[in-house]
Amino acid sequence: MANYSTNEFKGGLKVMLDGDPCSIVENEFVKPGKGQAFNRVKLRNLKTGRVWERTFRSGESLEGADVMDREMEYLYNDGEFFHFMEPETFEQHQASTDAVGDASKWLKEQDICTVTLYNGSPLAVTPPNHVILEITDTDPGLRGDTAQGGTKPATLATGAVVKVPLFLEIGETIKVDTRTGEYLGRAKED
Amino acid sequence: MTSNLWRPSATIEALRHRAALLAEIRQFFTVRKVLETEVPVLSRRATSDPHIDSIPTQCGGDNAYLASSPEFGLKRLLAAGFGDCYYLGKAFRQGEAGSRHNPEFTMLEWYRCGWDDRRLMDEVADLLSEVLEIQQVQLLSYRELFQRELQLDPHNASDSDLHRCVEQEMDLAFSPADRSECLDLLMSHRLEPTMGEGITLLYDFPADQAALAKVLPDESGTPVARRFEAYVGGLELANGYWELTDSAEQLRRFQADHAYRQKHGLNLYPYEERLVEALRAGMPECAGVALGVDRLLMLAGGYKTIEEVIAFPIERA
Repeated sequence: MANYSTNEFKGGLKVMLDGDPCSIVENEFVKPGKGQAFNRVKLRNLKTGRVWERTFRSGESLEGADVMDREMEYLYNDGEFFHFMEPETFEQHQASTDAVGDASKWLKEQDICTVTLYNGSPLAVTPPNHVILEITDTDPGLRGDTAQGGTKPATLATGAVVKVPLFLEIGETIKVDTRTGEYLGRAKED
Repeated sequence: MTSNLWRPSATIEALRHRAALLAEIRQFFTVRKVLETEVPVLSRRATSDPHIDSIPTQCGGDNAYLASSPEFGLKRLLAAGFGDCYYLGKAFRQGEAGSRHNPEFTMLEWYRCGWDDRRLMDEVADLLSEVLEIQQVQLLSYRELFQRELQLDPHNASDSDLHRCVEQEMDLAFSPADRSECLDLLMSHRLEPTMGEGITLLYDFPADQAALAKVLPDESGTPVARRFEAYVGGLELANGYWELTDSAEQLRRFQADHAYRQKHGLNLYPYEERLVEALRAGMPECAGVALGVDRLLMLAGGYKTIEEVIAFPIERA
């Protein structure tokens, strides 16, 4: 892989730091008066999701990371691995529970996800921003209580639990924002 | 996709503010009878400062350099007996780009004959309080700041204490090479944000950060650089010296910079030996200071980044 110098560090650039692939979040050039120039860099560790803040000497460089994002269809979970397929090549990839992480609670078969590959293997999975899922369990609905705006927990087909309005019932399908876990509305019938 | 890079990044209001600020600065010096002068921006000599990189170019088949500051030209005018003078115009520094830096920027630099750094600090405070309408001025020695925030004496702390302090305060991707780098790290990461909204004049720097300032013992007997910096809201605005006038010492520092550059694999360009000749001929005792005008405008107009006050920053230039 190519090396990137601190002045090439831009948001989204993927580099190796301490043996882990990272994505640059922010890069600030600092130079005290007549002193040495530094770069204060925020990087997201793509394995753990944690954000690191590191200071580099200006002009130092890091090795690029062999990381790429691919759109893939989620196929199924065999109990050990989550299976994805590239829609154009039909190439299949299996992702470990660690790589899928929190995304697992939003994964519905045939939905298109973003799979981050590192050295060709799935490193992380990002679900679609909006998913449509069926309610499999919730307290009975309360009719005529729509104005009050109260919420109750509802369990969805994938296992996720979200807060929904009181009038919703088991068997209904709803739209949810996976980034916030927020209920967006009833899913429209096709 | 069409590119918007032909457009200025600054608003018309920011450019009007810039024009008014330049007029205000000129008025400030007219009243005080300091002469506006032009010195070469395209020079046959480069800076020697190890942490500043000149931008090399060509002129008539010879090597030439864009001036990183008007310092050498102004000092040669002083040595020729021209008296108090200032420069308000462009300066250039390789690789300095960020939210507070642009490789081409506007600099104000002025010299006062017969003054020392303390007296010039007062004039810097006058200019800043006039332009920024800030009354609060804090005088703070470099040592006081380190002791207040880090319980550390920057002049006398051991190397291991300095390294330990840096380790505690920040995550580095490298090990600091020397004391000076430790102090720079602590200043830029830890201390600048503590300086508050008023004007802070920080003085008496470590002797090994003297650049072209006199080095003299302070009241405790520690040799310190008679150099100061002005900050507002943690933003460094100006850097001033009680100027070195000793030609032999000047030559020694140029040679030391040259050796440092050689040792660290930095660009080696010809240093300004005509400044050494000027000092030998006799430059008056004086104090001088350089001030970043773009940053002053950022503060005066409440702008967060330098792109907002420069019509065409480097990526649009």
